[in-house]
Order: sequence, then structure tokens, then C-alpha cells
Amino acid sequence: MTIGLGHYLAVAAILFTLGILGIFLNRKNIIIILMSIELILLSVNINLVAFSTFLGDIVGQVFALLVLTVAAAEAAIGLAVLVVYFRNRGSIAVEDVNLMKG
Amino acid sequence: MILPALFFYLFATICVASAVMVIVSRNPVHSVLYLILAFVNASGLFILMGAEFLGMMLIVVYVGAVAVLFLFVIMMLDVDFVELREGFIQYLPIGIVIGGIFMFELLMVVGAWVINPSVTKTITAAIPTNVSNTEALGLVLYTKYIHYFQLAGMVLLVAMIGAIVLTLRHKANVKRQNINVQNARTPEMAMALRKVASGQGLQDADAAEWVK
Repeated sequence: MTIGLGHYLAVAAILFTLGILGIFLNRKNIIIILMSIELILLSVNINLVAFSTFLGDIVGQVFALLVLTVAAAEAAIGLAVLVVYFRNRGSIAVEDVNLMKG
Repeated sequence: MILPALFFYLFATICVASAVMVIVSRNPVHSVLYLILAFVNASGLFILMGAEFLGMMLIVVYVGAVAVLFLFVIMMLDVDFVELREGFIQYLPIGIVIGGIFMFELLMVVGAWVINPSVTKTITAAIPTNVSNTEALGLVLYTKYIHYFQLAGMVLLVAMIGAIVLTLRHKANVKRQNINVQNARTPEMAMALRKVASGQGLQDADAAEWVK
């Protein structure tokens, strides 16, 4: 019944898969795609922290903190691009994003 | 012994269930709220593992900043989300196939996995047992990993400036205060005295040059 490293890795794997699945299912809605990316980054963080605590090495938590920073920056930039795009085109559907197709 | 296991299954189940709801929700606002639930439960998992500081950080950064940002953007954009959901069923089979392959591979890795005994001997920075998690993190973050820490700060700064520059827009027809022009104004520039001939009223020639 004791909870080991494998349990946490399994949760992280399921979350990662759900993130990938979310990108596939919501191919038109870029906001949900961004949320799926957040889920993927969360699962990576769970992996890092799990290995950190079960191996007794704190460096994993330092890197989890850095991943957290990058995830926050990515969300801010992504949503800013989204707002600008909506202002210019009046739509955020992914298949409309073909301005540079040539 | 049984209580941590119970809490692990509670947090893990809710986390996975709300992650499912994030990707299948009809309304994106519900998606964001489920995302918040997933992050709060992941933070519970972190705390169970003994990484309290990161658990709290997850709540502060994700629930406090990222999720609120998502909510703001969803409510600000006037988008027909029903239209965006078209094709959900169409993409479901391929998504499930690829997700299943992914899941299978990851679980294979997790299942057939052992720690190399030499890994436990080559620990970079062992977790100190006599200090709290926050202090232990600070002891390495501000000394050994100070450059990474500063780089993370730079990433945030660039993201902040980038987001502001991207979304800032100058409207030509909005009147703005120009303090330099206001301070440089003299009585001669502000008013003009004209001798108006009696019985004739104001003539065009009487208008000040800045009125024309």
C-alpha cells in the first residue's frame, strides 16, 4: 500500500497523455491547446519533483521551479499573441492562421 | 501509513479527472476552472512528496497568475466557442490512438524501470534533513544555481515586456496629456487681445493664428 516513485510517475504519465490528447481533440481552439501545454508542463514538474524527493537530491526541485517560470512566461506571451491575433483577424480558429502561407 | 496512500489516491484521482474535464469541457471557462482544480491537486501531490515550497508556488503562480490570465483572455475575446468545437468527434479516434500509444510507451517505461545504484551515490545536492524545504531550496538556489535563477528572472522580464509591447496599441484619436507642451505654454501663446471695432463685430482677421 506504500506509495512509491512509480505511483507518481504513473500520474505524471497519465497527465502527459491527457495533455497530448487535448491538443489533438481541440485542434480548432487554441486556448484549450495552451491549457493542454500547461498540463504537459505540470506533468513534467511532477516527474522532476518525484525524482528529486525519492532520490534525495534537491536539484530536481530547483529545475521544477525554473520550469514553472518558463511555463508562466509562455502562457503570458501565448495569450498576448492570441489577443493581438484576435484584434487583427476577429477569430482565433487555428485553421485561419495561414497569413504566412504564401 | 495508510493516510498518505489515501491522500495520494484522492489527489491523483481528482487531478486526472479534472485534467480530463479540461480537455473535454464545452465551455472554456469551465476548462480553466478545472485546470485550477488540477493544479491545486497537483500541489497537494507535491506537498505529499515533501516539496512544500513548490506546492505553494504552484498555487501562487498557476492559480494566482496563469489561470486568471486565461480567464481574462477568454472573457475578453468575443469568440463563438461552439463553432470551435466542431471536429471534436472527428479527431477523437486519431487522438485516442496516439494518446494510447503514448500512454502504453510511458507505462512500459514506468513499469520496467529500476534505479541504477550508482545514481544514488552521485547526488549533486542532497536534501538537508535539519532544515525546512524552503530553506533547503534557498540554500542551493541562491548559491549554486544563482545564474539559473537570474536567467529565470530575465525570461520573466522578457515575457513581461513582450506581452506589453504586443498588446499595446496607440489610438490616434485619443487625446493625451503632454506635460512638456503644457509647461512651455506662455500667456502670449494662450491668449490674444484684439481691438474690435465698434458696430462691426469680430472679423476673420481678428482670429488668432492658432485658431485658423
